[in-house]
Formats: sequence, structure tokens, C-alpha cells
Amino acid sequence: MTKIKTHVLCCGGTGCKASASDQIIDEFQNILKEKGLQDEVQVIRTGCFGFCEKGPIVKMLPDNTFYTQVKPTDVRKIVEEHIIKGRKVTDLLYLDPENKQHVSDSKHMGFYKKQLRIALRNCGFINPENIDECISRGGYEGLGKVLSEMTPQQVIDEITKSGLRGRGGAGFPTGVKWGLCAKNKADQKYVVCNADEGDPGAFMDRSIMEGDPHSIIEAMAICGYSIGATKGLVYIRAEYPLAIHRLQVAISQAREYGLLGKDILGSGFDFDIELRYGAGAFVCGEETALIHSMEGKRGEPTFKPPFPAVSGYLEKPTNVNNVETFANVPIIITKGADWFNKIGSEKSKGTKVFALAGQINNVGLIEVPMGTTLREIIYEIGGGIKGGRQFKAVQTGGPSGGCLTTKHLDTAIDYDSLMAAGSMMGSGGMVVMDETSCMVAIAKFYLEFTCEESCGKCSPCRIGNKRMLEILDKITKGNGTMEDLQELRNLAGVIKDTALCGLGQTSPNPVLSTLDNFWDEYVEHVVDKKCRAGVCKQLMHYEINPEKCIGCGACARVCPQEAISGEKKMAHHIDNMKCIKCGACHEKCKFGAIEIK
Amino acid sequence: MANIKISEKNLKTVKEICKSFGNKGGEVINVLHKVQGEFGYLPKEIQEAVAMELNIPVSRVYGIVSFYSFFTMQPKGKYPISVCLGTACYVRGAEKVLDELKRQLKVQVGDTTSDGKFSLNVLRCVGACGLAPVVMIGDKVYGRMTPDKVKDILGEYND
Repeated sequence: MTKIKTHVLCCGGTGCKASASDQIIDEFQNILKEKGLQDEVQVIRTGCFGFCEKGPIVKMLPDNTFYTQVKPTDVRKIVEEHIIKGRKVTDLLYLDPENKQHVSDSKHMGFYKKQLRIALRNCGFINPENIDECISRGGYEGLGKVLSEMTPQQVIDEITKSGLRGRGGAGFPTGVKWGLCAKNKADQKYVVCNADEGDPGAFMDRSIMEGDPHSIIEAMAICGYSIGATKGLVYIRAEYPLAIHRLQVAISQAREYGLLGKDILGSGFDFDIELRYGAGAFVCGEETALIHSMEGKRGEPTFKPPFPAVSGYLEKPTNVNNVETFANVPIIITKGADWFNKIGSEKSKGTKVFALAGQINNVGLIEVPMGTTLREIIYEIGGGIKGGRQFKAVQTGGPSGGCLTTKHLDTAIDYDSLMAAGSMMGSGGMVVMDETSCMVAIAKFYLEFTCEESCGKCSPCRIGNKRMLEILDKITKGNGTMEDLQELRNLAGVIKDTALCGLGQTSPNPVLSTLDNFWDEYVEHVVDKKCRAGVCKQLMHYEINPEKCIGCGACARVCPQEAISGEKKMAHHIDNMKCIKCGACHEKCKFGAIEIK
Repeated sequence: MANIKISEKNLKTVKEICKSFGNKGGEVINVLHKVQGEFGYLPKEIQEAVAMELNIPVSRVYGIVSFYSFFTMQPKGKYPISVCLGTACYVRGAEKVLDELKRQLKVQVGDTTSDGKFSLNVLRCVGACGLAPVVMIGDKVYGRMTPDKVKDILGEYND
């Protein structure tokens, strides 16, 4: 038997796949075969490593060399230099932007140093389509322990004691939720995993399902045992084909190994899981809407109570948890509640996964202990703002959250502190913005989303949000008045108080938080008719600064309207009657001569 | 809406799909996923056929098709283009890319070019935020898009 000497871990997450990671894997296999190394080197397609900015990622084991932005054409070099000669390919290593040194081991990169990976413990380490690799890293140990050593009540007590709260956004204590469902007697109960991640700019749940699907299956079975349910359903977006595929593979492997199905591990406990597909409706992240959608109806929410724990799917007691919540469960069982509740802040235990995106250097998926500050996340892990520009705001919680600003940078983030700052945890999207983002336009962007996604059932959300959007539209076009700003606040208050479900009640948050934190910018739009970021087209125009323009003509060549004219080597001029403000010239000019006025 | 009569062959396909889900009304979303996968879109006649097979009112089928954004009643172009307007892409300038696509293709969002070659749509987050802004043509993802790259990527589909 040949011994495998080197493992090549290649990221197969959606981001890296989009930049040719499949071709990289094929290339590795071809070249290894050509060199006769196919038995000594194993190539594994893993889940997301998190460092999407520098993808595709290739990691070499056992020496932990972390290659970034690998291209299919680099593969030969990695095989010939790294694998055969044992020399690292320096120019593919991560370059520390601070000290300009190459870093070989991911442990020493700013991006990873402050992270603590619990929910993402296996992502990037295992082949998610191979159950043996998952088991070798402790997968299904929790389920084994629960079935052989614990009573259902003990499981609920352990989860309650751990302090785990719902990672879908609202932060309801998971153990308490399970306890409520366990109490209700019924001939059939259901465990539902909410994998309808619809928040724009969030990809945590998808990465977990793609990178470690077994952790979800194991946790759902543990939950089923504790509440007395034998059936599990995963409600997953149809837009996530890779995650669906990996879950299907994982479910069938778990069945084969007797970890799902009848009499699991000889304990007499039966549990099986089916997938249900979402069809693109943000409101289906709300649990009552999700349940209706699974029943084949329009995904409209209903008033609570009755809570799903009493009457849920097919009117049976149902426990709904989010993907990330479930991903924490198995490890809490194996390592114990007391290990978990030492991590994090006083009222928010454990870690949180964030999808860090926007105008930041290190876009990616990160997991940090609760209580980490925004400054640590944005500057130490995120590597600061792109292009050396100034930090302006960070949006958390998606369409239900708000925009925080420089004054919140040192806030230790957990459920409660974010709520107090006028935002919320949400599912974990974190979009960083710099001075090129207009906060009024951002508020409008989120409201457009809410209006599109409002199910239309209750009037505060259906009509109120539409009115707010109209006012914002008016402001971004330069027709707003100070009364409009007051009207926005009034409407927001009414919608918050009277909307039926979580989507409606939180939908004014992006507007309210920008009004609170960026009041000046609203006033500028209304009074001075100016958009300082140059985003609102009606409130800006481009001008060429004759002092800076060298007359190269690059701007005139990209202008789709032929609005720019000028003699060669002489300062050019923009005809504002022709200009459609597409910004192509502004982006093309290397001399900063095209200014936003 | 395209006024096509459903052919015997298509009706048979619909019937088979419905049967594979036990002709149960509760399975209507799963049935529609399969049917759309088969036909590319869900015109009125197909919805009527589904309603008949599952023994539910057409209004319920239409209610679902119109509620969920994944379902469409418009045929897509040969090369469907989707521009991601998730927050990460938005703050990195996705709207400018969308404007340029609209300009070059001479269509609005939701429309198909007159030759049926391209259709233009927006979506919210494909999860490749590291590559923002992102445009998808078919299954191919184009990352770090700028307005001046639009011409080149469309040029790849000159067949």
C-alpha cells in the first residue's frame, strides 16, 4: 500500500469555483499522473477557506503552505517546485500588506489570527463529500454520545446551559426553543433547518452546507432525539445548487452508515431528513412563512402565537433553527456546555460567522468570538479599506439591520450591543462602505429590496415601505424637503410597531439608522442638493480639472456618448448636455482630473 | 404572455412530473421546479396543465408562480445574463455595469433581446462576494466586472 505523503486541499466553494478551481483540480490530477505521483499525493476538493478575496486557495499538507490566487497555469510550478523539490513557490504566497513579507502558513496571516472557528471547524479541512473524513475529525461523536449516554432532557439542558442563541438573527435561546417543542405531545413532530439564506451579501449558511454538510445532519438528529421528532426537513434555496448537491450526498452517506434512518446506532431512535426547495422569497426566512412554503403554499407569514413549537408544519409541533445554529450543536455536545459558554460575551456565547464584503481588502467568511470589536474585524481581519480610502460605515443585519459608523468601531459586537446601536446581528452579513457610498442611496437600496420582497399581506409593510421608498427616491433626485425627513421617521415608527412579521417590523431599520448616523448627508441632499459621494446622478456632474488634465484622450475614447472633446495634449472638456453620468471617464482617468461636482 | 397551445408531448411531460410527486397539491412547488427545469419557463397553459393534474385551482398555481422570484413566465434568452445586485456588488459599482449592459443590449431588466439571444435579469447575491461585482451569463461567472469589460464578455457569445 502506498502512503500518501502530501495532501493538496483545493477550495471548491462557490467563489473559488467561479475563478476556475475545478480546472485547477483537474490540472493537478493530470500533472500528478504525468509525474507518476498520483498515489503519493491526494487532491481534495474542500469547502470554503473563507479568504475569498485571495481565491482560488490551494493549501498543502502537512506543511500548511497556503497558496493564494492560484491559476490553472500555476499548477505545474506547484507540482514541480513544492511537491517534487520541496521548495515553496514564493510568488503564490500571501503578501502581508503591512511589512511586504510573504507569509506561508495561514495561522500567521492577519486574516486568520483573530478568528476562532467553531461553526466552520471543518470547512476547508475535509472533503465534504466524504463522510469518513468528517468522522475522522469528530463528526457524529455528538450524536453517538447523545444516543448512548444522555436523556432528551439532558440534551436540552446542556444546550440551554451553553447559552447558544439563534444565529438566524433574532438570537432566541436555542435550548429554550427545543424545550418548548419537547413539551408538546404529538404523534409526529418535525425538525426544520432554515437554509433559506436570502439576505443580499450573506453567504455563511451556504458555505457551511458546502463545506461541512454532516454537521447539520448530525445536529438535526440530536435535536430530533431531544424533542421527540423522527423527521427532519431542510428548507434550502434552489439558487444554491452546490449546497443542495453536497447535502444530498451527505444524507445518502449518513443513511448508508446507519447514522440516519431506522434504529440509529442500535439505540431504537429513528430519524431521517428530506430536502425542500425554496423558490426565491426573502420572507421565507421567517419561520411561519417558511412552514407555509414547505406545505406548498405562498410563503406568507402568520401571526404568532401559535408558535411553530405548538403548531407548525402540517400543524404539528415543529422546531426551526438556522444552519449556523445547528452547526454549533454537535461540538457543544462533545466538548460540553461549560467549554462553549466560556467563549464570547456575557449574554452572547460562542462565536459568530460573518460574511465580510464590500469596500474592504479581505473579503471573505470569518468567524470570531462574540464581543470582538468592529475595529478588529475591519482593520485586523479585514485588512482595512480598499485603495487606502476612508472607512465610512458598516452595514450589519442586511435589510433588517442598520448602518454603523466610526463612532461604533470600538463596540464589542453581540446581539444586544448591535440592537442598542440601532442595527442587529441578522444572519451575519457585514458590508463595509467607504466615502464612495452614499448613505441615502444605501437606505434606498435596502428599501427597494424590502418592497420587492414584501409578501403584501399586511398593509404597513406593503404600503408603508412603498411610501418611504417614494420619499427616498424624491430625496435622491434633489426634490426632497425637510418635512420629508420627518415624514420618513413617522412612517418608520408606524411600520415598526404595526407590521405583522419580522421582515416588516425591521424593514425601516436601514432608514432609521442612516437618519441617526448620517443626518448631515440627508440634509445635504435636501438643502444643498448635493450628493457628496457622487452616487445620486441628479445631484452631481463631472468636470475636468484643466490643471490636472494632460490631454491624453483616454476619457474621450471610453465615453459612450462622445460627450468629451479637446485637442491632443490640451485640457479636455465634458459636454454636460450629452453626458449620461456613467462614470466611465472618471474610472479611466489615471490623473484624477475628472472630478465629481 | 406567449400564446402557445400545449402540445400532446408537453402535456405528457407535465403529467409524468406531476405523477412522480403523487399528484399531490402540497407538492406544487416541487412540481413547478421540475416543470420549469424542463421548459425553461412557466407559461399560462403549462400552469393550467399543472393545476389540472394536481387537482387544485389555477389561481393557486399562479399565486405561487407570481409569488416566488425563481419562477418565471417569460422565456429566457439563449444566454441568460444575471447581474448580481447584492449589497457587496452594489457598493462595488454593480449598477454601472447593469446600466452598460442595458445600453449595449438595448433592453430593460426582465427583457430578452429581439433576436432571442440574451435576456437580462438581476439577482441578489450569488455568494461570490470576493469577486464583486459579479455578472453571470448562463452558468459562467464573470467577477470584478467594470463597464468597459461588458463589450468583451458579450463578444464571447458571437456565434
